Amino acid sequence: MTILVIADYVTVGQANTAVAPSTLNTVAAAAKIGGDIHVLVAGDGVADVAAAAAKIAGVSKVLVADNAAYAHQLPENVAPLVVELASGYSHVLSAATANGKNIMPRVAAKLDVDQISEIVAVESADTFKRPIYAGNAIATVQSSASVKVITVRATGFDAVAAEGGSASVEAVGAAHDAGVSSFVGEELAKSDRPELTAAKIVVSGGRGMQNGDNFSHLYSLADKLGAAVGASRAAVDAGFVPNDMQVGQTGKIVAPQLYIAVGISGAIQHLAGMKDSKVIVAINKDEEAPIFQVADYGLVADLFEAVPELEKQL
Amino acid sequence: MKVLVAVKRVVDYNVKVRVKADNSGVDLANVKMSMNPFCEIAVEEAVRLKEKGVATEIVVVSIGPSAAQEQLRTALALGADRAVLVESSEELTSLAVAKLLKAVVDKEQPQLVILGKQAIDSDNNQTGQMLAALTGYGQGTFASKVEVSGDKVNVTREIDDGLQTVALNLPAIVTTDLRLNEPRYASLPNIMKAKKKPLETLTPDALGVSVVSTNKTLKVEAPAVRSAGIKVKSVAELVEKLKNEAKVI
Repeated sequence: MTILVIADYVTVGQANTAVAPSTLNTVAAAAKIGGDIHVLVAGDGVADVAAAAAKIAGVSKVLVADNAAYAHQLPENVAPLVVELASGYSHVLSAATANGKNIMPRVAAKLDVDQISEIVAVESADTFKRPIYAGNAIATVQSSASVKVITVRATGFDAVAAEGGSASVEAVGAAHDAGVSSFVGEELAKSDRPELTAAKIVVSGGRGMQNGDNFSHLYSLADKLGAAVGASRAAVDAGFVPNDMQVGQTGKIVAPQLYIAVGISGAIQHLAGMKDSKVIVAINKDEEAPIFQVADYGLVADLFEAVPELEKQL
Repeated sequence: MKVLVAVKRVVDYNVKVRVKADNSGVDLANVKMSMNPFCEIAVEEAVRLKEKGVATEIVVVSIGPSAAQEQLRTALALGADRAVLVESSEELTSLAVAKLLKAVVDKEQPQLVILGKQAIDSDNNQTGQMLAALTGYGQGTFASKVEVSGDKVNVTREIDDGLQTVALNLPAIVTTDLRLNEPRYASLPNIMKAKKKPLETLTPDALGVSVVSTNKTLKVEAPAVRSAGIKVKSVAELVEKLKNEAKVI
């Protein structure tokens, strides 16, 4: 068995600099399946990413497809590349990031196999567990596909070491340009705090924050804790914060060591994104709020008093 | 131009589902069903395109049991012109649905196909991308803005660290994210009018599509229950517990 992992990477300005943390979790899932692990790095100017990928523990080969057609990983161009390579592999894996979710179903359909989305556990080489119904049920799914196409929920697997491996690096010549799509531009949210899905501590605010300015309380608490800041859909829809901060079924899935929910009621949709956190703290003035049913520690209090107080005591 | 919108009948998003005792699935008997929230956004976007004069006809399609007619009627009441139901009582995978949608696309020849980004029951997030693969069209997934100009559509997408805009040649496939729009409600007169709009019923066999799957669900279980937490009385007690009991700060 040989497993192909499609790498996600970090882009700073115009430069592709490093392998995304979620790729390390995906390699961990591949290691649980067992077999040789190859990593595909597709993009425009990805030599640094490929060099970083070659150092990932457990990876035996890195394939580099460096071509202008693969800039910004447009699925119309990257999917045919993956399909071309897939015949040599038993499994093709990617993290369930915006990129992975965008590309992989296109690969699966071209291979005429069903995909398994967002696995959280590997039972055997062909059987996997994944959440359904916003995490209210866990399905065990078996695949009889010749090539198993899978996306991996990063929070379900502990990341492998980013250093220590010494994989060979091999260039892939094939260039696919479907010519049906093009990149126009992007607008990235700027943040100096840790990335939400990889942070050890997450502080999230909801509708109870009342406005965007009040999120400053959470930012200063987060900075004291070295935490990332998240939000509920209510806070995003009310315009308090940008939508890439949303935690939930339709936003990001996080599973930090500590999740502090401030002014969040705890709707099913939100719980789907954070209920696998190790320790959950809820600060809410409504003692009937559903969030208290999943919180390890609940504090019934006015957040505008409790949050500054908490920051002071840390 | 003609716009095709796919909608799915799913358990209502407010329902807390229960896993069946025999672990064969979740219990959907006597549970409220609705249109998938992302599909409502897809219908709304199509209707807005028609109101702007971009779309000339909206065809709404659902693949599922005969009861999915309810969701199609809802879409018709919201502004779709006619409906197609591909009736199948089996539980279909995303790939099977994508193949059936491909057959409908071949028949209807729409310029734009709009789907939700994911259904809140299976949480797959696959069908739109698979349909794009089967048709060879470009895909604008997780869309928060859609602008048609000439023979192209510009789609602004929600990605992990912000927004990205791509330009796609028409025909194209778009899947909706929550921020794209706020769906309207159907008015009573429109609900009455929707009953008279055409609804065509097809079957997978008639479309010549095989719905066999390479995936098999072995069992469905309830997730691990979190052990009950405690309520602390003060911030000081909370900090003490986090430091000494949970040891997370």
